[in-house]
Amino acid sequence: MKRKFKQFTEKLIEGLLLISGSLTSITVLLIVIFLFKEGLGLFTTSPMENKNVIVVNKLNPVEHLTAGQIKKIFDQEITNWKDLGGKNDTILLFTINDLSNYFSEEEIGENFEYLPEKLNSIVDSIPNLLAVYTDKYLVKELKGKIVKVDKNNIPDFILGREWFPTAEPAVQLGVLPLILGTLLVSIFAILFALPIGIATSIYMAEVANERVRKILKPIIELLAGIPSVVYGFFGLIVIVPLIHDTFNLPVGETALAGSIVLAIMALPTIITVSEDAIRNTPRSMKEASLALGANRWQTIHRVVLPYSMSGITAAAILGIGRAIGETMAVLMVTGNAAVMPHSLLQPVRTIPATIAAELGEAPQGGVHYQALFALGCILFILTLLINIWVEYVSSKQKFKK
Amino acid sequence: MTKQTKEYIAFWIFRILSFIVLAILIWILYFIFVRGWHMLSWDFLTKMPEDGMTKGGIYPAIIGTLYLVAGSMLFAFPIGVLAGIYIHEYTNDSKFKRFMKLMTNNLAGIPSIVFGLFGMSLFVKTLNFGDSILAGSLTLGLLALPVVIRVTEEALIAVDDSFRHGSLALGASKLITIRKVVLPIAMPNILTGLILSIGRVSGETAPILFTVAAYFLPKLPTSIFDQVMALPYHLYVISTSGTKVQESRDMAYGTALVLVLFVLILNLLANALRRYLGNKVKMN
Repeated sequence: MKRKFKQFTEKLIEGLLLISGSLTSITVLLIVIFLFKEGLGLFTTSPMENKNVIVVNKLNPVEHLTAGQIKKIFDQEITNWKDLGGKNDTILLFTINDLSNYFSEEEIGENFEYLPEKLNSIVDSIPNLLAVYTDKYLVKELKGKIVKVDKNNIPDFILGREWFPTAEPAVQLGVLPLILGTLLVSIFAILFALPIGIATSIYMAEVANERVRKILKPIIELLAGIPSVVYGFFGLIVIVPLIHDTFNLPVGETALAGSIVLAIMALPTIITVSEDAIRNTPRSMKEASLALGANRWQTIHRVVLPYSMSGITAAAILGIGRAIGETMAVLMVTGNAAVMPHSLLQPVRTIPATIAAELGEAPQGGVHYQALFALGCILFILTLLINIWVEYVSSKQKFKK
Repeated sequence: MTKQTKEYIAFWIFRILSFIVLAILIWILYFIFVRGWHMLSWDFLTKMPEDGMTKGGIYPAIIGTLYLVAGSMLFAFPIGVLAGIYIHEYTNDSKFKRFMKLMTNNLAGIPSIVFGLFGMSLFVKTLNFGDSILAGSLTLGLLALPVVIRVTEEALIAVDDSFRHGSLALGASKLITIRKVVLPIAMPNILTGLILSIGRVSGETAPILFTVAAYFLPKLPTSIFDQVMALPYHLYVISTSGTKVQESRDMAYGTALVLVLFVLILNLLANALRRYLGNKVKMN
């Protein structure tokens, strides 16, 4: 009996262990489900905000418009129906704000009760009109024609250059500036961090004596432990003014500031991973090189570094991964302008910073909310690719052994 | 150039670049200590923020962070250690083991803001916890989970197989071997890792932005369904988006100093523990 009970508890505990062990996989799966459920929902919705519809005259041949075209019409970059595949006629834009130019208050009625009919009548009478109003003012027997607005789609989302997620009447969801901003800041961060990081790891693994190593090791651990907001704060107070003064810029909050802060933050990752790789070089290989009369630098240069190259590459990629996902520090120092980046000395905005800055204001389930989740999906895919790349690169080293 | 000169030059370059890393750390610490030191007082640590967060203290933020750390560790520590034990001691099948390791690595590589999105979507909205300590702690706990698992695994790898074989040869079951032999030896390293992951959790901002953190809430939470202020979010708010950024600069320096001190103390504690417990185990 006692033995049975014991066996039972053992099985129970093993089950518990299995559940705990599977929890990471379950979490990854749940993250994918929740992220993509909201994020992909974006591509089934229309970019029109607040249930706005576009109504034109029945004889107008234009059947559908894209969000980008609507924005251009409102910005008066497109002023002729010809550009939209219609007749050669100027576009007369009509929104609810223009109401008083057409009707008096009595005609609309105190509670806008006659408004739907009035809207219906002007759509009917003016052939070159493009009217935008909410669908609650639509009447049953519509004399005009509703122009379909193309749904948000993946190519426009990724290649679009305009990010105005709250624009009226149609939101502009182009994330190219955000993707490029993220990559620009991260890649320059790694370019800054890599020489220092690799030099430090070589120094710690091969050159420094035990005493110096014992000083440097906890310092790097501490550098890794400092919270990202503190780095952001440091960047905001020290590095941003420094850049502002050095380059004589209107604002110091630039991509360069983000790169420098991220470089500092990526250092511990790069140093730890590449130091491990360098230490993994078999002693026999180093000794063979030294026995042939090579000195320590030649051994490092010709034997240790080539051997540990894949580990160092993995360190660099991991560093990029960290930099791409970093949120708070970047949010605080890059100035957050959602424009196509042209230089390092310009404010940029990254994907994580966009999510952090805008999610609080985006109403749940709305287009903006879904767009931010779609950004999360892009971020997730990017980091996943980087993880796979790291696995691949570091598995190559094991193979070589 | 002789090979000796080349070596000399190369090694000096390495030395200088390494000391740049040291210099950067000293620069950051110096800047925060010098500007924040005069803020540090009993009142600063135990008073509510006042006057649009330009005066008073950061008491609710400190308490909030402590709650979140405790909550996330209550979740991540037991599960992480159990998962680590499972992955290292129980999975003989190398494919399954590799899959689990890959998933742990993937989870560790997911950016913290994605955890924030996920936590909000699952805990706050779907499970309807609202912005609460519970939602924030679970989100932070998931973030800390891969760290704890990895630390546990490494600690278990460091335990020599001869201990396991000896125990099994004496007729002990696998579970008893793990409990009585393997875990006691691995514990110092696991605890060290735990302390370091506390440091990581306490400084995370992005995961708590939408799951728990309150902009300004001058009272203490009464249940796990309350919102709290938290130190890192507080630092972010008063240094960027507060109403009086310039006036609250001193408060920001003070908050940054408290955060850094917290991490510094945890690091020192972890190192001390590693040394102390390490010696103790060796003596046995």
